[in-house]
Parts: sequence; C-alpha cells; structure tokens
Amino acid sequence: MSETVADVSALIIQTLLANPKVPRDISGSSKIVEDLAFDSLAVMNFVMEIEDSLDVSVPLDRLADIRTIDDLANCIVSLKQGG
Amino acid sequence: MSIFSKYEPLARSLAAVTHGGGRNPFSVVIDHPISSTVGVIEGRETLLFGTNNYLGLSQSEAAIEAAIDTLRTHGVGTTGSRIANGTQGLHRQLEERIAAFFRRRHCMVFSTGYQANLGMISALAGKDDYLLLDADSHASIYDGSRLSQAQVIRFRHNDADDLHKRLRRLDGTPGAKLIVVEGIYSMMGDVVPMAEFAAVKRETGAWLLADEAHSVGVMGEHGRGVAESCGVENDVDFVVGTFSKSLGTVGGYCVSDDDGLDLIRLCSRPYMFTASLPPDVIAATMAALSELEQRPELRHRLMDNARRLHAGLNAIGLRTGLQASPVVSVVLDEIDEAVRFWNRLLDLGVYVNLSLPPATPDQHPLLRTSVMATHDAAQIDQAIEIFAIVARELGLGQ
Repeated sequence: MSETVADVSALIIQTLLANPKVPRDISGSSKIVEDLAFDSLAVMNFVMEIEDSLDVSVPLDRLADIRTIDDLANCIVSLKQGG
Repeated sequence: MSIFSKYEPLARSLAAVTHGGGRNPFSVVIDHPISSTVGVIEGRETLLFGTNNYLGLSQSEAAIEAAIDTLRTHGVGTTGSRIANGTQGLHRQLEERIAAFFRRRHCMVFSTGYQANLGMISALAGKDDYLLLDADSHASIYDGSRLSQAQVIRFRHNDADDLHKRLRRLDGTPGAKLIVVEGIYSMMGDVVPMAEFAAVKRETGAWLLADEAHSVGVMGEHGRGVAESCGVENDVDFVVGTFSKSLGTVGGYCVSDDDGLDLIRLCSRPYMFTASLPPDVIAATMAALSELEQRPELRHRLMDNARRLHAGLNAIGLRTGLQASPVVSVVLDEIDEAVRFWNRLLDLGVYVNLSLPPATPDQHPLLRTSVMATHDAAQIDQAIEIFAIVARELGLGQ
C-alpha cells in the first residue's frame, strides 16, 4: 500500500497530538520548530517515531529543508517512492 | 539588526539559569588544582566530582616529569600541522605506543578528541555513504557527520535491533555503511552492548567505529575499553579515543588494522589543517599510558569508587542510571530544580557538571558526576552526604 501526502500528514498530526505539550490546533501547515516549540533534539526524536510507524528512514540532512508538517509528509512519501 | 539577534533565545535561557544571583554553570573557574580530587573554586577547597579525570593522571608525577624534561629538549610547540612541519619523532613514537597498546597496526593522533571524531567520521563516510549514529551520540559525532556530507540515520540509543532494522531498510542501496557507537555514553554513563552491535555489523557487512573516549583506561582487563571487555575487538574496525580523560592530558586518536588509515591523513581536514600536539603533551601522554598499563589497580579502585557513589546516591533516594560506571548522573525533572541543586552543591564544596537539555537524553536536566580512582572513600561519602543535605533542602529524595 502506498500512502499519500495527506495520509502521512494525518499520521504525523495524530502522533504529535499524543504529546500533551503540543498545541491542539496544529495542521499540515504548522511549522515544526516555531509552532510546536520543538528543539533540534525533540524534532529528531519525533521523526524517529514517525519512521517506525511508516518503516522508512529519513536521513538527517533531509530534515534541514523541512519546515512544516506537510514538508515532512512530502519528504517521507518521496523517500518511500525511492526518491 | 544585530548579528547576535539569533541568539536571543539562548540569552533568555542563560538569564533564566542565572536569575536570582545563581552562578553561570558554564563559566566555573577552578582557580587551581590542589590534587586530582580537590581544586580551589571561589577561594574554597572543593571536591571535584566532574572532571572526567578517571585515573587521576592529570596530576601524575611521572607525566609531569616527562613533560618538563621534554620542554627543555623540544621547546613549547610545533608551529605546524601534521602534514607539514608538525610531525616530530615524538608524534610517531606516540602513534606507535597507542597502536601497540590496542594491538592494532595503525594509529593516527589528532590534536583533540573532538577533532579525532570529526576527522575520522568526516573522512571515512563520503557523500554516497551512510552513517548510522546512536541517537545519544556526542556532539563531535554529529558534527563529524555533517562535515562528511554522508546520509545520516539515527537509531535508538543502545538498541542493536533498532540498528538492524534501519540497516535492513538500506538493503541493496549502494554506498558503505558505517555504524558509530560509544563505549560509555558521556551523559548517563551507560555502557554499550558492544557484542550485540558487533553481531549486527557481521551480519550486515557494515563497518563499525567505536568511540571509547570514556571507556579506555576504565573497562577491559587491559583497559582497552568496552570492545575488550565484551571480547569483540576484532569486530571493531576503528577505535577512536581521547587523551583528555583517563590519560589526563589532551589530544585524540584513531587506531585500526586497516591499511587505509594512512590515506585518511591526506583527506581528513580536522587532521590536516590544525597545529599538531606540543611535545610536552606527547611526553606526558606516553608517561600516563605507561602508568595506565602498569597500574591495573587504578581501574579496580575506580570501579569500586563508582559503585560506592552510585549506591550512595541511590540510597538517599536520588534517581540515577541503572549501571554503576565512572559517570553517575542524578536525573531531575525540572531545570530550575537542577540549577538550585547544582548551586547549593558548589556552595557546600562539591563540584559536579550541570547538564541541561537538549544536551541530555530525554529532556531531563542532569547533575552529572564523574568519579576517580584517586577519590578516597571519605571524599565519596562526604559528597553523598552533601547531596543528601541539598536534596533535603529542596524536598527531593528520601
């Protein structure tokens, strides 16, 4: 089965909302660092959870270009398609 | 707009740590050491429980004498890099000594331990290769990975199964895979299950680099680190380490049996573009290494002391890591609480490291202690008693 960007985005939001410190009103356009107040380590740890859910590895250099939840979803879909 | 404006959040974090007259924990001055275990801080004799000086060799008489003699014969510096005029006979001698100690064919010496990781990881992993890093890796490993331009993948801390899963995802992908682990992790003092990682390395055909900065001189029958104590030295392709912990001086190294190591001398920028170690440091390091080899009782005493401190801190109800190792960290919940605890310890004559997120695992602030072979039982008991006093003042522990 291949996930769409919308599927992956929804999964990321669901994973984030399991953390009580994350604001309740996040969406695909929420900025991970600014809107969620994540530091660099928190971002890496949360991406690790997503990696396990989707059986994909996101190399750290790809994180540098990711600002929003949708950016991350796009990146993961592209990686799963071999990009 | 100021060039420093991007650091305003950092300035606010620092202000939060020092508000109400607290010290800046990152600017502590040890006026001078009295011994390996006692230093003068703020005019008072203070017990040192945060120096990584595991065997106490920073104050080794033999190392001091060797350094002084060498200063007289060789001068105070080399004024050059290893690939230009900065390699003297002493640098080669030290490399041969370190290689012999590890029973390896090759050794490269760097000017610091940080540069050893930076220089080895960046040169070994090219842009088409993969680096697999433990999530709790030291900053020097992360920085080396950025300099390498390789694809960097983190695995869960000390979890060889998780590493295996991530390597499996790379099946069929071209490029070398280099696994990087540490012997003892510097924040919590936890020890790597090296045999499990060696098994994954064998099964997947990856390369394995072990940073034994905190474990050489500490673990293993001969002090060669966790790979020795686990009996898997042959599976570790590259051992990186430092002189600035159990050997008491400064500098870093990598040992390997692979002949390719000599080529790294010509492509590792942190090796090539910095001045080499001064001669007195090399002489002191070789003297300290002899002491490490000839005095195994130092390692035994160190581990006895580690167990005493670990048990004592747990007995007063403080939370530490599970394993007794020379790094024993007290885990707290709130930064404010950790800052107050740390300040009071220093008021009462005990210096430890205050480690704050994001430099710590799991977002917890730590009071990080490191124990020494040269601490005596009374000093350890006194430190535990002072921890207990402060814990009571703050309503923590028992």
